[in-house]
Amino acid sequence: MGTERREHSRRKFIKTAAIAASGIFASGLINPFNAIIFAAEKPNDPTKPWWGYGIDIEKCIGCGRCANACKSENNVPREPFYFRTWVEQYTIKNDGTVKVESPNGGIDGFEQTVPDEDIFKAFFVPKMCNHCYKSPCVQACPVGATYESPDGVVLVDDTYCIGCRYCVQACPYGCRYIHPEKNVADKCTLCYHRISKGKTTACVEVCPTQARIVGDLNDKNGPLVQFLKEHTCLVLKPHLNTGSKLYYNALSGEVR
Amino acid sequence: MPPQLKTLLPLFAGFIIIFLIIRHLLVPESFGEQGHYRFNSVEENKENQMNYAGKDACAECHDDKTAELASDVHAGISCETCHGPGLAHYDNPDSIRLIVPKERVFCGLCHAINSSRKVKVIVQIDLKDHNIGKNCIECHNPHMPWELKEESTPEENL
Amino acid sequence: MEQHYQHLYEMLSQGQGYVFPNEVDLQWGLLIVLYPYITGLVAGAFILASLERVFNVKVLKPTYELALLTALSFLLVATMPLVSHLGKPLRSYEIWITPHSSSAMAIFGFVYIWYLMVVLLLEIWFDYRRDMVLWSQQEKGLKRWIYRILTLGVTDLSPKTIKWDDKIGYFITVVGIPSAFLLHGYVGFIFGSIKANPWWSTALMPIIFIFSAMVSGIALVMFIYMAVSYFRKQKIDMLALDTVGKYLFYILILDFTLEGLDQIHRIYEAEESFEILSLLVSGRLYLTLFIFQIFLGTIIPLSVLAILQFYKPKEKTRRILYLATSLLVLFGIFFMRWNVVIGGQLFSKSFYGFTSYKIGLAGSEGLVMALVWIILPFLILAFLLWLLPPWKKYVEKAN
Repeated sequence: MGTERREHSRRKFIKTAAIAASGIFASGLINPFNAIIFAAEKPNDPTKPWWGYGIDIEKCIGCGRCANACKSENNVPREPFYFRTWVEQYTIKNDGTVKVESPNGGIDGFEQTVPDEDIFKAFFVPKMCNHCYKSPCVQACPVGATYESPDGVVLVDDTYCIGCRYCVQACPYGCRYIHPEKNVADKCTLCYHRISKGKTTACVEVCPTQARIVGDLNDKNGPLVQFLKEHTCLVLKPHLNTGSKLYYNALSGEVR
Repeated sequence: MPPQLKTLLPLFAGFIIIFLIIRHLLVPESFGEQGHYRFNSVEENKENQMNYAGKDACAECHDDKTAELASDVHAGISCETCHGPGLAHYDNPDSIRLIVPKERVFCGLCHAINSSRKVKVIVQIDLKDHNIGKNCIECHNPHMPWELKEESTPEENL
Repeated sequence: MEQHYQHLYEMLSQGQGYVFPNEVDLQWGLLIVLYPYITGLVAGAFILASLERVFNVKVLKPTYELALLTALSFLLVATMPLVSHLGKPLRSYEIWITPHSSSAMAIFGFVYIWYLMVVLLLEIWFDYRRDMVLWSQQEKGLKRWIYRILTLGVTDLSPKTIKWDDKIGYFITVVGIPSAFLLHGYVGFIFGSIKANPWWSTALMPIIFIFSAMVSGIALVMFIYMAVSYFRKQKIDMLALDTVGKYLFYILILDFTLEGLDQIHRIYEAEESFEILSLLVSGRLYLTLFIFQIFLGTIIPLSVLAILQFYKPKEKTRRILYLATSLLVLFGIFFMRWNVVIGGQLFSKSFYGFTSYKIGLAGSEGLVMALVWIILPFLILAFLLWLLPPWKKYVEKAN
């Protein structure tokens, strides 16, 4: 022990550290970014569909039929803690405060809880998975149980999910949950089982005012791209650079 | 080489080889084909059971109702918006029936007066004032809402 | 299931403002607070051991093996809270076979195995090999066989081979230091890399985790050293204890500074999430942050340790002060983990409200389960101290 060690110590340490550092550097050169970020990406083939979604806040009347239909179509538990889509009522008062509510996700409808004279502005905002193409939830999954399909839909492989809940933490939009019976992650699938057979999603099917649009972002003449052209569309939390493909018309600044 | 390494290095090499063999056996089919996920899951996600049939399916048998609907302001609404998922009924029309909502509160889901709703998008009514105690469909045909029934006397204008 | 929903309805009623409907239920509970706490203890205890081995702080010799065995006992239990909290624990092997390179959590399987097999087990093996060979010759019965197996057949006790024990063990400790940082730093990165959560998302998170880990690990070894000496009716080496206290003091200052810097930065920049986070800190997190973590867990220990650097009261008083300090630090660092994990989930990502958290008693995420995982390492340590007693190690007679 003692003095012999001291002479070796610094040399050995520096040598080991140098080897380790050059190894990391080299592997970084080989595949710098893809290894650690942006686990989802834009598809290359413009002839294949690339699914996106549009919501027109001016048209939403907060009837909650979409949230209800989604739960019926996809067998989501009816308790008020598990939603693939839900509707929020925003009431901006004259004093500037913002009240947001979503009783049972809007499935049972909404009441006006603030008297007319105090309201500056009020509107409904439907929420759901944004099917991000730079999805933070796909990035966070430790085993590869959630992914972006080649046609742009973020899906869960429920035979592979271990239920670690990291994806639920990573989603900025609060659209994921753990299914209480299956114990795996669950979320809006854009009714993948319907859209891949030419039908539309359950939520779009039942919306009485056509406030919701599901469509192909690669189809330049399709309804979704027309919607984007004709309206001023924004996405939620753009500063997080999630590549959200859920475009809102008339998204007001208070909405989170 | 010191005797410790002569024992430890083969031991650890053995562990790594066993791990690689087990890994090879356990990695599921189709994993990694298009990305870090099990590609077969994409097809599996397409296999889920549908519950909504779509308006065209309803029109196949109930063309009278869809014609009524198309003639009035509810034309843009799907049948299943009010009647719920219809695919099971489409497949088994006699044994499985759909819900027929009759209560006031159901119409109120869309039409109850609320400042968050824009008047130019949806007509609204104050359910606390308008014909309390009656169901909306006693006067309004839900498929042709402005074809009011004869005995209707609205107590209040919109 | 009914009970679970009842629990959720209660949480819904105790919420405040608006949370996204899926956010009412907290995703990560007490067990996930426990996991970073335990790996932090492992990393910290190991760093203390490395102070003796690599940086030649000879006075710490009485705590060297104790620190290593403590680290091992806690590491063996570390995975349990994680696995028991998973929705599908039987699928946990997937982290080893298909780790996703973009996910911080995926590194867990490999860094854990690396640290367990290559760093801790090997270092202990190299340190104890000579003793295990000797004990396998001296002991009888089952113990004899256990030692024989543990030596892995390397029974050569020639001076040259003994020197190799020392050299390789040293090398492993050197490699072990960055490994310990990785073992616990990646946990910090798991939180720090979540851009969706402004309470977690900071570049300082891995650093803060590592420093608070070192603090908790050193405090743990201090406590265990005093407890083991008490049970063995052995005189405490006050020079060693004072030195452990000194290192605890230095690292606690660094830890406090880093955490303070994180908060000062947050307060100064006051970006979008600032309002909701201020409400969080002054409301639901007030007790666990200001009283438990900062006042009891940091200010009091810092003050006591600072005084002890300049003024040394008599031995008995110092022992009591160290005992109290180590326990307060352990308490405070637990709540630091609590404030990070639970605090980050109490506020909504809409920044418009809060949900609530109540620990259940029973069930896989309950208090009873957590207590089991905390007590188990001490039982394992007792076993290891019986199997590999540091005080019975062969000591070379100085010539």
